[in-house]
Amino acid sequence: MPRMLPYLLLFPATAFLILFFLYPFTLVAIDSLRHDGVWSLENFDRMAGHWKFGITFRNTILLAAVVVPLQLTLALMMASMVTRLVRARGAVLYIFAIPLGISDLAAGLVWLAIFEQSGFLNSALTGLGITERPQLFLGYQSKGVIFAAIVLTELWRATAIMMVILVAGMGLIPKEYGEAAEVFGASRWQRFRRVTLPLLKPSLQTALILRVIMAFEVFAVVLALGGTNLPVLMSETYHWQFTMQERGVAAAYAMVILGISVGFTVLILRLLHVPKEARP
Amino acid sequence: MSETTVRRAGNRVFVAAVVLACVWVLVPIYLLLVNALSAPAEVTGFPKRFWPSFDLASIRFFLGFRGVTSALWNSVQVAVLTMVMAIAAGAPAGYALARFDFPGKQLFRFMVVMTRAFPLPLLALPLAVLFIRVGLDDTVLGLAFVHTTLALPFAVLITYSLFSGIPYELEEAALTLGCNRVQAFLKVVLPLAAPGIAASAVFAFVISWNEVFASAVLTIEHRTLTAFLLQSLDVSPLPLKFAGGAALVLPALGFIFAVRKYLFAMWGIANR
Repeated sequence: MPRMLPYLLLFPATAFLILFFLYPFTLVAIDSLRHDGVWSLENFDRMAGHWKFGITFRNTILLAAVVVPLQLTLALMMASMVTRLVRARGAVLYIFAIPLGISDLAAGLVWLAIFEQSGFLNSALTGLGITERPQLFLGYQSKGVIFAAIVLTELWRATAIMMVILVAGMGLIPKEYGEAAEVFGASRWQRFRRVTLPLLKPSLQTALILRVIMAFEVFAVVLALGGTNLPVLMSETYHWQFTMQERGVAAAYAMVILGISVGFTVLILRLLHVPKEARP
Repeated sequence: MSETTVRRAGNRVFVAAVVLACVWVLVPIYLLLVNALSAPAEVTGFPKRFWPSFDLASIRFFLGFRGVTSALWNSVQVAVLTMVMAIAAGAPAGYALARFDFPGKQLFRFMVVMTRAFPLPLLALPLAVLFIRVGLDDTVLGLAFVHTTLALPFAVLITYSLFSGIPYELEEAALTLGCNRVQAFLKVVLPLAAPGIAASAVFAFVISWNEVFASAVLTIEHRTLTAFLLQSLDVSPLPLKFAGGAALVLPALGFIFAVRKYLFAMWGIANR
């Protein structure tokens, strides 16, 4: 084997990642620390001093804290279904995976069709005689409903990605372990809890990291359903960059999102650590 | 109750749960399509019917709206460029990872995996300025570069798992039978890997087609469909939103169908 061949093959991808991944992230870090041409924490001060920052931060974390655990449960249920299915497995897997190809903006519009004032939820409620006239679900006075609508949309949209990772992980677990447990009288739930779940740790780790980072990036769903009523970190970044033309503050927001993303990645890696020898 | 009746009841609950989960995924998409296939007056009217009137006025309104056709065309261009660049850079890297052991391999893998821990759309912020300097601002190519960064890690990991699944012995046999390295790759490995490479190309297309944040930050005159829809959210009438949403969703159904066999190659190897 020519010694340089692998490096030649890796060159385009490496060059690309350095130019469009490492370099821009260095730039954004520098941008966040520069104000009027001097090094300072001014951008961070202005970001944290603005009244919207606290709300934005809280909304983002709260959304992630509500969505991710629910989503993990739902994804585990759907993955178990697919794993247990024999007939129609391919069709069910395809249907479950459809949201994987749907953008956050499209998902927001899908659920807007349900929740808007002349939407399908109101039509169903009045049709069944539960309410007399259509309710305004997504108005600025009903932030709780907006929050719930966003949670539903996120559950609908992003469970697929966790589900696929978990199905793949369940496929790696040797069947004999479950069968052995069954011989010793373990119930279905016990087998899931004591055999599947511990052996699924590496997949859980990957699924959680991907999903948590996606949760901190939540953007178009929130704008489609709530407009500016429920600001999140990403929408404020966009606002500072685009509407206010304050790139320094936008960069400071970017560093906050980056910080919590990396922080949670490390946390999940620690919490779900699997020693190399113990991997299936 | 005998054991079989318990088992049968359990099975019925299981089937019901599977059906319910399918309904949960499919019904919202159906409702969006009902809106897209109804006349604008029906979309804004109340109460709403739960089946479409197959009136194409909403679709016509959407396609005739200023900027929509060019936005659609821009989206296609960016996505095709992304697809080509992601595969052109990603597949050789995947092949190298699968076939060779060399110093620096772990470092490269670390860099690829690390991209997952970063909110990549944020790259658009510094690049917006950088692109102005080099004349790439508000261009299809500039945005395609950012989207390729999103798609490249997937292209590398998918092709890595594909090539790992093709025994090296096949290539060696071709080499002993007189092929050179390039011929062995083109005649033996590539035909076996082609469907998987096509699937990862489709996936790169989807990533670009769906991306919102970077598109909205980096394009002004040459907006993609997602950027167009996002920036007109608070001014556009409902029929436009829903027809636009349907235009985003419909290709997705086809994309996922095309790559369904490779879903696990894309995500399953994530933990290795």
